[in-house]
Amino acid sequence: MSARADVETLRGKFADAVKETVEFRGEHTLVVALSALHEVLAECRNALNYEMLLDVSSLDHFGEDPRFEVVYEMASLDDKRHLRIRAAVSEDEEAPTASDLWQAADWHEREVYDMMGIRFSGHPNLTRILMWEGYPFYPLRKDFPLAGRPSEMPDVAFTGVAPLEGGPFVTSAGAEDTVRREPRSKAFD
Amino acid sequence: MTETTTTPLHAAYDSKIEGNVIFTRVDAAINWMRKNSLWPMPMGLACCAIELMATASSRFDISRFGMEVMRFSPRQSDVLIVSGTVTYKMALAVKRIWDQMPEPKWCVAMGACASSGGMYRSYAVLQGIDRLIPVDVYISGCPPRPEALIEGLMKLQRKIETEESTVAQKQQFFDELPS
Repeated sequence: MSARADVETLRGKFADAVKETVEFRGEHTLVVALSALHEVLAECRNALNYEMLLDVSSLDHFGEDPRFEVVYEMASLDDKRHLRIRAAVSEDEEAPTASDLWQAADWHEREVYDMMGIRFSGHPNLTRILMWEGYPFYPLRKDFPLAGRPSEMPDVAFTGVAPLEGGPFVTSAGAEDTVRREPRSKAFD
Repeated sequence: MTETTTTPLHAAYDSKIEGNVIFTRVDAAINWMRKNSLWPMPMGLACCAIELMATASSRFDISRFGMEVMRFSPRQSDVLIVSGTVTYKMALAVKRIWDQMPEPKWCVAMGACASSGGMYRSYAVLQGIDRLIPVDVYISGCPPRPEALIEGLMKLQRKIETEESTVAQKQQFFDELPS
């Protein structure tokens, strides 16, 4: 068995849910519909024996609809097969939890919720994990400024705005010469 | 035969004492005692704490300056060494530890992060511990070398030398007297 064969198996079984498959330098990615996400993950866990969930992460395609994407990275226990599954989530949708399949998903999904604000339905304890309960923002969203926003929770925590002195300074990868690749300040809203 | 033991002619006068008496002010004596027995509270929050540990151990050896008694209880210490990045989540905990330390107390901001937020210009990091508690000495570096920390603590000793502790205490005593 290989990850490529697993992709074909999944594509055969969930023909109408799989939107796209990507192979890039030996990494296999499956893009599926959100409605079938939990079924596909369960198939990976139970039938295809991906015992380990390596990471759950998320993307913010700000300005597009659906806005977010959740990404599940998994591997078999002998580390011979790696698979990545992505699903688009719009702002008013909830992603199904994978914590019933992998215990590891519990904290990863809490982190995604904390940083990006994607909610997971069926999660046993969907609370903030890095910031404190009551913090009003989701700091890894594209429309959240790097400097932060002021917030105040008496006796718990407060936040302020960091001085960026003209920043953030961003490199332009792939620019013609080193002068243009240097970190420069760019205008953000 | 020579007599080996002699009794002093004047019992009230002991010539040995003469060389052993020094005159000083109470403030100066108290400050001298305080500065040579600093008890640091190590607030290790990031990589600066590694340098703090190196400073305390044998190669750099801050016990040469009487500062080696690291106490992990704020109630037994008088110098808070904030070594590392103070996140907003940690900030009020640091404040609480500072509040639990008995007077007189001093604070050292060790390294760029504790002094100014350092390279973390971000939503999660307090931009300098002096926004929350008063700081006596700032030490530059990322992280500072142990020599820099020792230099900072010696600067703090110089500062303690100039304090007028009993004058301030006396003033507080008179202020609190019912008139």
